[in-house]
Amino acid sequence: MLVGPSGCGKSTLLNILAGLDRPDEGQVLLDGKRVTQPGPDRSLVFQDGALFPWLDTLKNVEFGLKQARLPARKRSEKARHYLSLVGLERFEKSYVHELSGGMRQRVALARSLALEPEVLLMDEPFSALDALTREDLYSELQDLREGLSKTTVIFVTHNVREAVTLGDRVILMAPRPGRVQAEFKIEILRPRQIDDVDVARTAHQISLEMKTSHSYLREVALT
Amino acid sequence: MSRWRTVLFFAALLIVWALVARQRIWDPTLVPSPAQVGATLLDHIKDRSLLDAMAVSLRRVILGYAISLGIGVPLGILLARVKLLSETVGALVSGIQSLPSICWLPLALLWFGLNDKAILFVVVIGSFVSITVQIQDGVRNLPPTYVRAARTMGTGALALYTQVLLPASLPSILSGAKLGWAYAWRALMAGELLFVSMGLGHMLMMGRELSDMSQVLSVMIVIVALGIFTDAVVFGALEKAVRDRWGLNTA
Repeated sequence: MLVGPSGCGKSTLLNILAGLDRPDEGQVLLDGKRVTQPGPDRSLVFQDGALFPWLDTLKNVEFGLKQARLPARKRSEKARHYLSLVGLERFEKSYVHELSGGMRQRVALARSLALEPEVLLMDEPFSALDALTREDLYSELQDLREGLSKTTVIFVTHNVREAVTLGDRVILMAPRPGRVQAEFKIEILRPRQIDDVDVARTAHQISLEMKTSHSYLREVALT
Repeated sequence: MSRWRTVLFFAALLIVWALVARQRIWDPTLVPSPAQVGATLLDHIKDRSLLDAMAVSLRRVILGYAISLGIGVPLGILLARVKLLSETVGALVSGIQSLPSICWLPLALLWFGLNDKAILFVVVIGSFVSITVQIQDGVRNLPPTYVRAARTMGTGALALYTQVLLPASLPSILSGAKLGWAYAWRALMAGELLFVSMGLGHMLMMGRELSDMSQVLSVMIVIVALGIFTDAVVFGALEKAVRDRWGLNTA
């Protein structure tokens, strides 16, 4: 979980991890190998889903598999499997505009999962959704965890509670210059709800930490 | 129904025309009545001269248009994606765009002579440029996340064009194609007017030479009808298909 106020570089970091942007210095290593370009081993779920409106749901999920030159039957088998994981097996023939915001993000998730990436990158995937839909997706994502034991999920959000609800580790970033400020291990029992007392308490601590860095910056600016 | 109002309006226009023609304010050879024009139209349909001219013109425009699409669609997408190309070829294309296509006819006549090739050249020049520019704009305005998403899914360079950029820009390709058709048709008519070419434009000019206003008007009506037909039937259907899929109709 990467959290932090806007401008701290959390999305930039994610894009560098994805290989979409190049770091000014330093390098990204995945299993000892240097990342230089985007690849299906690091699949990214975008904030707006970035689904393709000219393809139906199933074909959207199949897209990455097609690029990997998987034979057609295996492709649709796999795509159907991941669509059913996110509960959308009945919508495989729907086009993007026929889906609600929450359904679109589910399809985007299925599309990324179908690639069976080593690292699943998520860039504020729920920030455009309403609160109820978001909470549904929190529990779904936690349910999916068991099946994803081999996958590392790196999730960017500016919502501290969301980070605490979903994450094992929360890394707090600070702006100007963008840097890692603190790291928190979250050991609250799962499944967690966003309004659990423990979640709220931990989130409060992290928020306090975030604010101290802010006020520190403000003082520096004044003197 | 708004369609009824359209029909009613044109019916009224026809009646006014008939009444004016009956007054004989102007010479009937200059202002023929709708009935005369209709009769001429029917005659030309019966003796096949109109259909032959239509066939000649349509064959030319379809061939020229197909070539224009073949050049314009890939060129438009490339211009939007490759900066070097847009700074060089792109500048040339927008320069050509400001030149009315018929201005190419003298050049084409010198190059190809008085034949079909010259007309075809004018048609292609007239329409591929507008197709290119329209598609270039469309591809430039695509959400950047399409390309980014495709790249994170391991899309290769060629597949990025054929499986992402091409289908993603289908709505703008369609509006470019529609505009290109209109330009191709205009360029063709202009070209056909200018020399013995056997097409509809030539038939229009024949009407002038014979001082046969009914022929002039009936050919003009046919040209309008063909334009409306392709717009409504061919492009209308394609646009509806794309709109339905993209979900643009709900807005």
